[in-house]
Amino acid sequence: MNKKRYFTILALLVGWVLVYVNLQRFADFIIDNIFRLEQGKHLTESLRFFIFEVPKVMLLLVLIIFIVGIIRSYFSPEKTRKVLEGKPLFIGNIMAAMLGIVTPFCSCSAIPLFLGFVEAGIPIGVTFSFLIAAPMINEVALVMLIGLFGWKVAVIYVVTGLTVAILAGFILEKLKLQRYVADWVFQIKSKHQATTDSKQNFSQRIDTGFDAVKEIVGKIWIYIIIGIALGAGAHGYVPDDFLAKTLGAQNWYSVLLAIIVGVPLYSNAAGIIPIVSVLIEKGVSLGTALAFMMSVIGLSLPEIIILKKVLKWQLIAVFVGVVAFGIVIVGYIFNYLVFI
Amino acid sequence: MNIKVLGTGCAKCISLERVTQQAVDELNINATIEKVEDIQKIMEYGILRTPGLVINNQVVLSGQVPKVKELKELLTKYQ
Repeated sequence: MNKKRYFTILALLVGWVLVYVNLQRFADFIIDNIFRLEQGKHLTESLRFFIFEVPKVMLLLVLIIFIVGIIRSYFSPEKTRKVLEGKPLFIGNIMAAMLGIVTPFCSCSAIPLFLGFVEAGIPIGVTFSFLIAAPMINEVALVMLIGLFGWKVAVIYVVTGLTVAILAGFILEKLKLQRYVADWVFQIKSKHQATTDSKQNFSQRIDTGFDAVKEIVGKIWIYIIIGIALGAGAHGYVPDDFLAKTLGAQNWYSVLLAIIVGVPLYSNAAGIIPIVSVLIEKGVSLGTALAFMMSVIGLSLPEIIILKKVLKWQLIAVFVGVVAFGIVIVGYIFNYLVFI
Repeated sequence: MNIKVLGTGCAKCISLERVTQQAVDELNINATIEKVEDIQKIMEYGILRTPGLVINNQVVLSGQVPKVKELKELLTKYQ
């Protein structure tokens, strides 16, 4: 990489930090000095929240997507398949779930990936661990959680997401459901070997990072603004214990309710997390909110429809059931055992 | 030259087909572009990510949509 490029990136990083640490001051300045709004009023504080949160989340998003983009350029589904080939069951599930986080994956490629893994002799349970973890734990979810709840909740999310993916895959394998995979799947023999990825140098990887930022931020910025606007709107106006009675930790059915509502809903992480933050602020317990979020992001109707091409409905039902059950457990654990 | 675009109809598959057509037009080369949408046929090429690009029966790309300029270089190389 040439020196000039190196300095440009360094300068961008310094600029990023300078802007980030001054965001609160900037928001206060706009609210108190330019608009001269009365402090403590609902409208003022809602606006302050919005003007502070939007650039904050955007900045975090750009940085993390850039870094994740570079990390992902070192991985590919082909390499992941090679690593998983011949791994014993439980270890295979763990590795598949972790690789699911860093391997570039789009749910539109779920079918070729599933077929390619099966053809390589990777157990379907291991493949499922990958397919569950890949959409559920994504960098956008991570950024939004760090931005709105802090890193502790973000770490909890990653760990519980991995646990659900590992155990669900393991259980699906133990249930011996191979006969519910469409018959033609096992007959596929690929004639050609796909070309291996060409080696990238570091400068190209940085390009990959920038491309990822452009692509993802270009797609989701509007959801973030809408989501934060909803959050800001609720910030001052809805009483804080509004949902505590129905969806607080004391209510045993709150987690179940969250999942029943969450599974049919489909949204990307950027859209759902500001809503989750409002839910928590208004008295929904953390476990219930996490369960809701996981069921919205992790179990999506479009992906299920795509998978219907290769899986019979019995297997899809078990798949959704096992993952939903895992999410319920996570929800209850957080509602009853963990207090942050 | 025979070019195949492998894809089940996702957004990226459609844009790859468009970019490929554009590259072929701009280079003014003699090529047929074929769209393969049947998943079983696609899997015969052993790709794990759609869309895939096959030139003269050889997989040259999978899972990405290159810029027209990159694609033109690729097509020139395989010509």
